[in-house]
Amino acid sequence: MKPPTSAVHRPRVRRLAAAAVGTSAAMLLAACGGSGFQDSSGAEQKSDGPITVLIGSSGDAETKAVTEAVKKWSDESGTKAEVRAASDLNQELAQGFAGGEPPDVFYLSTDQLASYASNGSLEPYASDLENADAFFPSLKDAFTYDDQFWCAPKDFSTLALVINTKMWKQAGLSEADIPTTWDELSAVAQKLTKGKQKGLVFSPEYQRVGVFFEQNGGGLVNDEGTEATVNSPENVEALTHVKKMLADGYAAYTTDVGAGWGGEAFGKGLAAMTIEGNWIAGAMENDYPDVDYQVVKLPAGPASEGTLQFTNCWGIASGSDNIKGSVALVEQLTSADQQMAFADAFGVMPSVVEVADEWKSANPEMAAFIESADFAGNLPTQEGAADVIGELNAQLATLKNTEPQQILDGVQKNMEAVVSP
Amino acid sequence: MTTRGSRPARAGLGNKARQEFAGWIFISPVVLLLGLFLLVPVLMAAWVSVSDWSGQGSPLSSDVSFVGAENYTRILFGGGLDTQDFGTSLRNNLYYVVLVVPLQTALALGLAVLVSKRLLKARGFFRTAFYFPSVTSSVAITALWLFLFNASGVVNKILSWVSIDGPNWFSDPRGVLHLLLGVVGIDTAPPALANGEFLGISWWEWLAGPSVAMSAFVLMAIFTTSGTFMLLFIAALQNIGPEMEEAATIDRANAWQRFRYITLPMLKPTMFTVITLGLIGTWQVFDQIYTGTQGGPAKTTLTPAYLSFNAAFNQNDWGEGAAIAFILFAIIVFFTLVQRWILRDRDKVTSTRDPRATAAAVEAER
Repeated sequence: MKPPTSAVHRPRVRRLAAAAVGTSAAMLLAACGGSGFQDSSGAEQKSDGPITVLIGSSGDAETKAVTEAVKKWSDESGTKAEVRAASDLNQELAQGFAGGEPPDVFYLSTDQLASYASNGSLEPYASDLENADAFFPSLKDAFTYDDQFWCAPKDFSTLALVINTKMWKQAGLSEADIPTTWDELSAVAQKLTKGKQKGLVFSPEYQRVGVFFEQNGGGLVNDEGTEATVNSPENVEALTHVKKMLADGYAAYTTDVGAGWGGEAFGKGLAAMTIEGNWIAGAMENDYPDVDYQVVKLPAGPASEGTLQFTNCWGIASGSDNIKGSVALVEQLTSADQQMAFADAFGVMPSVVEVADEWKSANPEMAAFIESADFAGNLPTQEGAADVIGELNAQLATLKNTEPQQILDGVQKNMEAVVSP
Repeated sequence: MTTRGSRPARAGLGNKARQEFAGWIFISPVVLLLGLFLLVPVLMAAWVSVSDWSGQGSPLSSDVSFVGAENYTRILFGGGLDTQDFGTSLRNNLYYVVLVVPLQTALALGLAVLVSKRLLKARGFFRTAFYFPSVTSSVAITALWLFLFNASGVVNKILSWVSIDGPNWFSDPRGVLHLLLGVVGIDTAPPALANGEFLGISWWEWLAGPSVAMSAFVLMAIFTTSGTFMLLFIAALQNIGPEMEEAATIDRANAWQRFRYITLPMLKPTMFTVITLGLIGTWQVFDQIYTGTQGGPAKTTLTPAYLSFNAAFNQNDWGEGAAIAFILFAIIVFFTLVQRWILRDRDKVTSTRDPRATAAAVEAER
């Protein structure tokens, strides 16, 4: 217990302490507020600072290829540039922007575009690129937000049907039996199902199941992206078809067969066919080199051929110290030659039209992927759409016990809130 | 201490003041550190939760504006996806807490009593063995768990010996309570439960119970944290001393009575600590979700902590992320107060209406 006399002096000490804490807090807040980062947009002509490139790499091959390409550019241009592979790209990117020190050039996914573009983080450089018109139009669409083409598509992937050729022959099927309609797909899947081996296996997510929506003329939003169409009759019909395939037992979710993704189920022989993108080539080569397979276009649905495509772009931070250099770097990285080098190194498809044929002849067994680009749809890119797709995926996991109409009605409500807020 | 007599009062008081000042100087590093790394960030997070900061630049810059409780109302009453996700995460975490906290406390106490027995051989070995999971990184244990509970993993292998076809644990979104209700023939929602809803999800969904995937996480939490709390109980048990037990034995109390009427009441302060720490830890569960399932399957392992991370870092909705964190904080405080109230000392409090009596009883107990 304190003696009462000290009370006389306590206020002074307390004032002193308060002042000390207050000063330090003010200093800290001033330091935080004073970064001035947000005032720097629009200044094209900046110092020739070093460039940081942040990538979300699929593995060593990709990291190595990008590092080499950037180093080559750096040596030629004399601008210092460094590549960093993020372990969690979204998180590191968000941290960079929040801290006022974003990387200059980075991978940006379609579902992150809207939020970064709308808060002024992104430099809208893409329409000024020399090769701006060289990209696939559907990829340009994927990175167009508010009528502005924001960033250059880095490369892309589509979904196709991957077939285990050994199981195919064992089931007595030939080249002529390759399915081109939903009915034919069901028929061969039935023949390919025996014991633990399922005819067709895919992940329980819109990023795979969505191909059936596209093939039935459906989609989550209309072509202009102005209206939510999640519970359209086309979509309900498509999802009912998926449910029937699962219920009849010749199709299954990856989770049902205990696999993490389609490639794993396929490689382990749990699936005779799967719906995956061109990344499966790398996985098969590394993890399941003994499995022979063939890639064909997905069968057409009642409406048309359809698939989904996935892409990332090279984002440039509006707060970069060297926007000019960053744009030059991206121009180099998206050039036809460089993209072919990337394609060789880690199995992606070039985003520019002119080398599509070259890629096709270099990878004849993968031709179906690039041929699918003609009719591939994008996922919705509205701000918040990724969340809605996440919710749809959560619902798709329970498809076997739920009515398709009910699932799509619920998600429609959420998509409406995103599309027309 | 007061100064006496002839010396001027100023000198004595000055001495006192100097001492206090020196005291402040000595603790100033800690005060500064805590202020800098605890208080200021918390205040900034509080500001972010009522602002429209989009994650670009400083949250204190001029183009970030105050939006009032908008982030909070959107989460709690908006009725959209944000509310739905929060409701789902709350349900998941509630079942997690309700299962993990009592079970881990009971197991920890049981283990502590066992390894405190003086007759037990190799006590040191058992203590280390039980404590071992607690010092292993949660990421490593999660990875191990993913293997053990794989569709064709060890757990399902063992279940198959007794002719049980084990589920595909980490990708099974079915709620355990729903499964049990299904056994007695209730597999669709009664209209009364299907129509009403709270926080965007129907009462029937609230009653789903933890999903099969979440149950695997529940088992993991019990497995990993019981060791830590066992340590706390061991320390408390050693404080009780053998004479108590001997006295009770002379009074012809049997083993259960000795435990129930001697040991357990004396462990009450430790019990409070263990349950409080358990509540806080389970409400903040994050690592396992982040490394294991990221909220899947079908969002049944989504927790408020992970939702907050996801809103901020993946959706760039920092206001919402911060708001979820503060709501979570409020929930933890609420549950801690509730358990404090439940564990209050009932015997000594004669009248709950008289706060002075309560205070006296509490004081006396200390």
